[in-house]
Amino acid sequence: MTALSATPHSRRRERWWRSRTARRFMQHKLALVGAVIIVALALACIFGPWLLPHDSLQIDIRARFSPPFSGDHYLGTDPLGRDLAARLLEAGRISLLVGLFAMLLSTFVGALVGVVAGYRGGWIGSVLMRLVDAFLAFPSIFLVLALAAVLKPSPAVITVIIALTSWMEVSRIVEAEVRSLREREFVLAGKMLGLSGSHMMFREVLPNAMGPIIVAATLTVARAILTEAYVSFLGYGIQPPLPSWGNMLNGAQQYLETAPWLAIVPGIAITLAVTGFNFIGDGLRDALDVRSEGG
Amino acid sequence: MTIEPNPRPLGQDAALSVRNLTLNLPEGMERSHAVSQISFDLVPGKILCIIGESGSGKSITANAIMGLLPFSIRISEGSIYVGTTEIQSMNPAALRDMRGRKVSMIFQDPLSALNPLMTVGDQIVEVMSAHGVGTKAERKSRAVELLKEVGLPEPTTMYRQYPFRLSGGQRQRVMIAMALALEPGILIADEPTTALDVTTQAQILTLIKDIQHRKNMSVVFITHDFGVVAEIADNVVVMEKGKIVEQGDADTVLKTPFHPYTKHLIAAVPHIIGQDRTPHVARSDTPILRVRNLVKTYRSGSRMFGTERVVKAVQGASFDLLPGRTLGVVGESGSGKSSMGRLLVKLIESDGGEIFFEGTDIAPMSEAEFRPLRPRIQMIFQDPFASLNPRSTIGQILTVGPCAHGMSFSKAKAEALALLTEVGLDPGAFDRYPHEFSGGQRQRVGIARALMFKPRLLVADESVSALDVSIQAQILELLDRIQRETGVSMVFITHDLRVASQISDEIAVMQKGRIVEMGPPSQIFLNPQSDYTRELVAAIPGEKAAA
Repeated sequence: MTALSATPHSRRRERWWRSRTARRFMQHKLALVGAVIIVALALACIFGPWLLPHDSLQIDIRARFSPPFSGDHYLGTDPLGRDLAARLLEAGRISLLVGLFAMLLSTFVGALVGVVAGYRGGWIGSVLMRLVDAFLAFPSIFLVLALAAVLKPSPAVITVIIALTSWMEVSRIVEAEVRSLREREFVLAGKMLGLSGSHMMFREVLPNAMGPIIVAATLTVARAILTEAYVSFLGYGIQPPLPSWGNMLNGAQQYLETAPWLAIVPGIAITLAVTGFNFIGDGLRDALDVRSEGG
Repeated sequence: MTIEPNPRPLGQDAALSVRNLTLNLPEGMERSHAVSQISFDLVPGKILCIIGESGSGKSITANAIMGLLPFSIRISEGSIYVGTTEIQSMNPAALRDMRGRKVSMIFQDPLSALNPLMTVGDQIVEVMSAHGVGTKAERKSRAVELLKEVGLPEPTTMYRQYPFRLSGGQRQRVMIAMALALEPGILIADEPTTALDVTTQAQILTLIKDIQHRKNMSVVFITHDFGVVAEIADNVVVMEKGKIVEQGDADTVLKTPFHPYTKHLIAAVPHIIGQDRTPHVARSDTPILRVRNLVKTYRSGSRMFGTERVVKAVQGASFDLLPGRTLGVVGESGSGKSSMGRLLVKLIESDGGEIFFEGTDIAPMSEAEFRPLRPRIQMIFQDPFASLNPRSTIGQILTVGPCAHGMSFSKAKAEALALLTEVGLDPGAFDRYPHEFSGGQRQRVGIARALMFKPRLLVADESVSALDVSIQAQILELLDRIQRETGVSMVFITHDLRVASQISDEIAVMQKGRIVEMGPPSQIFLNPQSDYTRELVAAIPGEKAAA
């Protein structure tokens, strides 16, 4: 062949942080803010408890109801005189972990159902998607509450329950994406090579649907954190003495007038985490959307 | 006209002048300029063809003239004059008024350029009302008049139709009617016939020429097809990578091109070869593929609610294919040629008839029964961008099939590396992703993928249609060489008779699901037996002018 063939456009290998998607994510200011918030929160929750002067379970009756910034209780203390900062970070571990694992589980189930329904189509697809509709039609907060009342609520149980009520969104997104991918020629090409159905679904089609899945997953984390807070606030979720942001709010209820920081501090933590994840989700959506302007 | 690097005085009589136009591309693209230092004049009442391959900057030039550049691209140097007005100096309101009134444009894809939710008539009226022309009643009667002028049947009924009800050719006529609504002096046509069938293309070209003549309009016609240039151009501008390499009157450029690129492009244009291909040594006279009465019918809607639509895609097709030979299948869109290709590789199931492949009827086989035979029948797809999984490396794309059929990865890899060289790619391509390659290179990957199994039959479905002519020629040459070396048989499906004439030993002409004529190229092109074939051959652009 002549010199016209054979040389690809660009010889240099691209690193992922130089890729268009990463660059556009970095240009998205809110997304960057979100990423900074989440990283800071996570690092604080992981390492924070060791760096603070007080343990989260250490009771100091003389110092109960200390307001924030008094002495070495940086965020004040609760009715038992436990250090609020230590409890907040300890609770953050639980809340963030519940959010993260609920996201992983619901994304896994949702993607599985979505890929099979979208790729197979026909009656299998119809049945699966009607199942999704049925789950969506069920008021999920009641389902969560009812299940939590029946089962003994540990963090793992709460995670599973939250995942059970939040996988449908992902499967709808994935199903729509896979249905359009299925019509692309590379899928026909795979069929022509004699690849099996599951190989086609999980090795060829699914990687192409990763963009929307990642976006949906980020937003699911935010929702899972909120749901955990609801449930724990209502007393059906994570049970004290194990702290979570939700049950800290629950405990703060009766002291709203005398010690408002007990509610404000975990409230701010929840808001930060949820907005952080939402910003990241928005940023990812814009960065992964090839149709949007700019480059 | 010759290329002059320095600005020329404005041609007093030019309808449109472009002077030293340079458009910058945003950083990080393949080159820094979309077009660089281009100058040309549009002589009033003439047709100027801008020709170039994809990425040559021809469409962006048209957009610059219309003032429709994307935000990321700016005019960094030079100027565009419409008559004597420089368009960069115009404010947005004046620019809007100029579009449609003085200069108007028609696009390649009339379906995406028309609003699907408005009737054809309303869209034409909208052009006039946006410029505040005439009263309501006048606009309406003018719209009907325009529909008649572009040769649409029953213009009053047509006025109330929605775009999806029209054929591609009719839509393009509507686009032309819209462009003519305000009687502009200049018409810019950006590849207006590329998406159309040959016979429709011929009609639209005649229409544009006719209207241009009648209204004494000046036309800028952008195309990649030298056949079309020969049909319609008075003057030609040849562009390569954002630069004008040659310009002049059509006769001179076509007959005595001086620039190597122009020569290369003209040489690459496929021409009808009236001669038959010298047959390869046929190893046997028993056909490798024998198709009898193949039938495929598509049904949509519901029979129960009386909304069923039946499309007979393939109706009783029969043919034989000898080992090492190529059967060209030609036809216009909707003729059933693609459906037939997919039936042969069993990507869709047939509704009747037999497909004997090496003696066994594969038509009634289930997917599981047929899977062991799949390696022997392979397909090369149309779209080099859609047919490769963007998330797989070239290596994965090539080896995944053989590995699924039980070959070890190391053996598959060794064969893939050898094949990459064979199809004219660097073995280093193995670890790269499809997006790093150009269209022609990707098509080579598609060919390599099909060859990984050492198939006995290759079905190529419009495999060169999405490529530039010079790349097209290289791919055809590659397929020819592969056939000579491996003795593989081919079914080559294409809408382009010129391409079919170059690679086929025998050609089947399809119309509405039937094979209307079959024979060697010499018969099809020089002595066609059916009326339809005659019509198709007559519609091929550029052949009359060249003959």
